Amino acid sequence: MLDEALAAYVAAAREVGNPSSLHAAGRRARRLVEESRERIAAAVGARPSEVIFTSGGTESDNLAVKGLFWARRAGSLNRSRVVTSAVEHHAVMDSADWLGAHEGAQLSWLPVDSAGRVDPASLATVLETYAEEVAVVSVQWANNEVGTVQPVAELARLAAGAGIPFHTDAVQALGQVPVDFAASGAAAMTITGHKVGGPVGVGALLLGREVSCTPLLHGGGQERDVRSGTLDTAGVAAFAVAVETAVSSQAASAQRVGDLRDELVARVRAAVPDAILNGDPADRLPGNAHFSFPGCEGDALLLLLDAQGVCCSTGSACSAGVAQPSHVLIAMGADDDRARSSLRFTLGHTSTLGDVDELLAALPGAVERARRATAWKTPR
Amino acid sequence: MRVLAAMSGGVDSAVAAARAHDAGHDVTGVHLALARNPQTFRTGARGCCTLEDSRDARRAADVIGIPFYVWDMAEQFHADVVDDFVAEYAAGRTPNPCLRCNEKIKFEAVLDRAVALGFDAVVTGHHARLGADGRLRRSVDHGKDQSYVLAVLTREQLDRAVFPLGDSTKAQVREEAARRGLAVADKPDSHDICFIADGDTQGFLQRQLGDAPGDIVDGRTGERLGGHNGAYGYTIGQRKGLDLRVPAADGRPRYVLSITPVTNTVTVGPKEDLEVDTVTASRVIWHGTPTPVECDVQLRAHGEVVPAVVTVEGETLTARLATPARGVAAGQAIVAYQRSADGDIVLGSATMTAGVASEALVAARA
Ligand SMILES: Cc1ncc(COP(=O)(O)O)c(C=O)c1O
Repeated sequence: MLDEALAAYVAAAREVGNPSSLHAAGRRARRLVEESRERIAAAVGARPSEVIFTSGGTESDNLAVKGLFWARRAGSLNRSRVVTSAVEHHAVMDSADWLGAHEGAQLSWLPVDSAGRVDPASLATVLETYAEEVAVVSVQWANNEVGTVQPVAELARLAAGAGIPFHTDAVQALGQVPVDFAASGAAAMTITGHKVGGPVGVGALLLGREVSCTPLLHGGGQERDVRSGTLDTAGVAAFAVAVETAVSSQAASAQRVGDLRDELVARVRAAVPDAILNGDPADRLPGNAHFSFPGCEGDALLLLLDAQGVCCSTGSACSAGVAQPSHVLIAMGADDDRARSSLRFTLGHTSTLGDVDELLAALPGAVERARRATAWKTPR
Repeated sequence: MRVLAAMSGGVDSAVAAARAHDAGHDVTGVHLALARNPQTFRTGARGCCTLEDSRDARRAADVIGIPFYVWDMAEQFHADVVDDFVAEYAAGRTPNPCLRCNEKIKFEAVLDRAVALGFDAVVTGHHARLGADGRLRRSVDHGKDQSYVLAVLTREQLDRAVFPLGDSTKAQVREEAARRGLAVADKPDSHDICFIADGDTQGFLQRQLGDAPGDIVDGRTGERLGGHNGAYGYTIGQRKGLDLRVPAADGRPRYVLSITPVTNTVTVGPKEDLEVDTVTASRVIWHGTPTPVECDVQLRAHGEVVPAVVTVEGETLTARLATPARGVAAGQAIVAYQRSADGDIVLGSATMTAGVASEALVAARA
């Protein structure tokens, strides 16, 4: 957590108060929550009432996809189609799948090109083909694996033109690229604390004032009746400080981190000439460098680099911990081998040129080793 | 050394990894995911192959403070262990899947990959000793000794194996796990076969191999005594569940003597006809002791040893047993040991192809 966010957390956590209560401590807590709401709203281009606090990105995505779907379908029963992209975070993908399996929803998965980008024309086609059916559209702002930034404003405009609520998962985008809720034209937007230097377990769904959304959680009616539950005052206060800090330093940080990332990419390519940079070469998150290393297993490379103190990640793992080929890379047209050979390096505000040097010192040897280790796969 | 610790999620491999770490090795923990679908393997605290085990292994690695990864070995495991298990039964033999897993997975697929990644050795929690002389010996805990399922390893494989538990009893290992704060300390031992979820080996084989009705015949007279639904359902020495219609002339119980896949016949007879005093075996791993040699042989996991004279000639091992043995099943390993005060030494092993009774033994029966 950012020092400023931590300080705000500790200060607020000392004061026990339920922001839903009417007594003095409750009033102080409520004031802190509302100030935080206003600060976040100001930082992301929303109105305070549009900030719905949640437990994080996963909950916000679930609330948006299911809540917008239910609300829209309640209005007209044949609106039961969920439109989303093939490269979403599982919180969106699995929510859509769940609606398909349990709520009779039809699903349209928007394809992506080899850079991981959704073509707005494909959304236009779906909206036209299923003009009477679509209930909700959800396309992420930026991808968490390959860093590709989507043409969100264009997609939002198309959905709005068709009168369909558009949700975007901006978890990865906030603080990395300019994010403005109102200007984006989205009806709903997911953000989360721990990606901007705030605490884990607190996030928000930005929900347009006019947009109706059926709640997942029923109870005390907090947060416009959309999300019941006593708010975590300290978490919210720290989240607000983190959002504000991330947004105000975004431009400078993107410049510095982006330059560092470009340096990393250039040097990786020089050291491993057949490495493939995945994702959009230009329209990508500044801190993201994602490669496939042909002939290597990503998890072998990770083991070797980790042993030398270099942090990186492969895609996701199943519940038993077995690495899975990324659905994002598969959607981008990569085959299983290429998907399994990939590795992501993430740079942030603490990254330095020294980190890049360290990576490059370890990488060529690790790639060579990992290539030799691939032979084990062939069963005898 | 840079070593890779295979961590099953059980208490033994956790303590083995911890000891390797204490000994100053650079240890990386790896859990082998062996199930194509983890839910289908044994659940509960059986010590093998489940989601819980993967989590337990990770927990132990975190407590020890070593990096931890999960390696997907499901395809190799199915090809080399599960499919082999089924094929062996279909061929009328009795496989030992744990032995096969050591041979093909832990000390072949995993070891090869580890070496390619720059590791010097693989550490496991097997109860066996591997001393400075490089010889494989029984564990001090005779009840838990696993040298029988490790004897299949070649010199090259043993040179890259580390067994830190061989000098400890199971009770000591559990006590140490508790002292180290490893939550797996009182996890029950694994038993049975990890890839047969309900423990019902016959049901598993039945699903894999289907019905194959055939005859049960008397070994001495050749008379048909009954039928079976698949010869794979029988093991040498089995007495229960034969369901024979024709009572034995002398009223004594009958035992499975042999299984003949070609004719799909199960042959039964009296207990003494089970006795053999000569065993032949193939796929020999022999560590160089000149033969013939007087030694002890073990003919099944957790079985008693029998004094014998073992001869190795080319690809064949022959053991002449000093006292007859019963229930010798083709497909099981024969392991030769030389008695030694600091743990009986494995001289070598082979896969049994046949057990026969010498003329003298046959004469003695009559
Ligand atoms: C794009 C995206 N959406 C959603 C989430 C889930 O957010 P949270 O961990 O706050 O539930 C993440 C993960 O961090 C993410 O990267």
